Amino acid sequence: MEIVHELLVKLFPALAGLPPWLTLALSAAVPAVLLVTFMALGPIIYVYAERKIAGFMQDRLGPMRVGPYGLLQTIADAIKLLFKEAIFPRGVDKFLFLLAPCLVVTGAFLPFVVIPFGERLVGADLNVGVFYVVAVASLSTVGLIMAGWASNNKYALFGAMRSAAQIVSYEIPAVMVLLSVVMLVGSLSLQDIVQAQAGGLPNWFVFRYFPLMPIGFLVFYTAGLAECNRAPFDIPEAESELVAGFHTEYSGFFFAMFFMAEYTEMFIISATASVLFLGGWLAPHPALQAVGPLELGPLWLIGKSWALVFVMMWLRWTLPRLRVDQLMHVAWKVLLPIAMGLVVVVGGLTLWPATAQGFVWDRYVGWPLSLALLAFLAYVMVGARRWQARRIRELAA
Amino acid sequence: MKRWLADLWEGFYTVLVGMKITWRHLFTNSSTLQYPEQRWELPPRSRMRLFMKYEDCIGCGQCVRACPVNCIYLKAEKRPATEPPIWAASGQPIKLDVKIFDIDMSLCCYCNLCTYPCPTSCIYMTPEYEFAAGDLTQHLYHFAKPKAKFLTVNPKPKPAPAPKPPEASPAGAQS
Repeated sequence: MEIVHELLVKLFPALAGLPPWLTLALSAAVPAVLLVTFMALGPIIYVYAERKIAGFMQDRLGPMRVGPYGLLQTIADAIKLLFKEAIFPRGVDKFLFLLAPCLVVTGAFLPFVVIPFGERLVGADLNVGVFYVVAVASLSTVGLIMAGWASNNKYALFGAMRSAAQIVSYEIPAVMVLLSVVMLVGSLSLQDIVQAQAGGLPNWFVFRYFPLMPIGFLVFYTAGLAECNRAPFDIPEAESELVAGFHTEYSGFFFAMFFMAEYTEMFIISATASVLFLGGWLAPHPALQAVGPLELGPLWLIGKSWALVFVMMWLRWTLPRLRVDQLMHVAWKVLLPIAMGLVVVVGGLTLWPATAQGFVWDRYVGWPLSLALLAFLAYVMVGARRWQARRIRELAA
Repeated sequence: MKRWLADLWEGFYTVLVGMKITWRHLFTNSSTLQYPEQRWELPPRSRMRLFMKYEDCIGCGQCVRACPVNCIYLKAEKRPATEPPIWAASGQPIKLDVKIFDIDMSLCCYCNLCTYPCPTSCIYMTPEYEFAAGDLTQHLYHFAKPKAKFLTVNPKPKPAPAPKPPEASPAGAQS
């Protein structure tokens, strides 16, 4: 925010004469508007990407009709949703029915305040950043339950109850993993966590304490996937069991708000994961951090987050939906013990003076091992592509 | 504990296997056909819309008898002797004036049975398949043309007595 203030003063010297509360409000408005726009327009990109990826993974083309390669499809959909009538079925609790989507969107949007996009590009560098993200993100649960209850519809209520159970369960392993990262850094501020990973790729937390932090990353990512109600954890809106879960009764713009919230939450989870584990706005090598005077921080953070969002979509079109009992099994019997073990072991390691500032293991064993693992995964994926090419050649022959 | 670890590994591993499969399909060429712009190349003998070449019809009515669903309507009258003689392209003289030849494609079952008995091969199936219509009556195709131009010269006059085949050459013997 200070950077915006400086910029404004530099651009309009008259602003320096205004009372401080007014300049403060002005400089707060600029990033707020930017972030709201980013959130409102982001889903257009995500929905398009989702439909395209779904199409490609199922050997289809995805949207192709509206605009070149269907690029305008989601814009047309958004305009259609904006102009559609918002229907209030008989028997809904109107006040809660209207309040619920607003709460969900607010819950999805508020974490943007603390997500650092660059060294100084951050809405507010709260000293309880991680805690704030966790607390505010669960606001949307309240909205979901409210939506389910106010709809006066059994399927909506089922969906809401399921989403409440799911989000409350998966919050715990996610927070446990966050705790281990926080113990490593010794600060709750997201900016401090990013700074602790400075110095290139090997210092990112995914590659630290080799078997520990990669597992932590996977646990956090899985739990995050469940928290934003995405497949394979999309039982709250399971369209083959409940009609559409909590947003069965919503139409028009309110439905669009739920959609926006879901996709924004995807981005938030991915951004949090990349801040905590993938170095946030840090480049893989310090030399790539800036081109001349131009900071590339936001691009790195958004790029990493979008890569994770892509993996979410990839998973959605790969895995079938879990049953409710399987979902609870994964949360309580698999993720939670792992996360708890992680907290204990990482806590012990940070207490041990020899390991407090990174560890010989990290530098000489863990990092090459993680690199080898990544290389192996890449090899398998590239191999899949080569296999495909060979198969096509066989079929053609 | 061992069981738990094995389950964990199996879950993780199978997710990776699934992801590998979808990743592979991400780069597969799509099998979608962008229909109005691209079309299937139909085999030449596809049985789609029926067509009747009116100029070649001799009005024998064999197709009408062959049709299992009675979708061909034919009305023919004897051609007056005062009219000039006309022929079909196959060389058959046309002795009947076909007044009505209608095919109701909404009844047609695309069995192709009408095309076999036709002595002049004037009724046949075309690969034309885009004949959707908003009204069922538009599927009743009228093939009788009042101002058709018939052949007034026999296109295949009776061949003159064939010339005597040449002496059997070795090549001729083989064939």
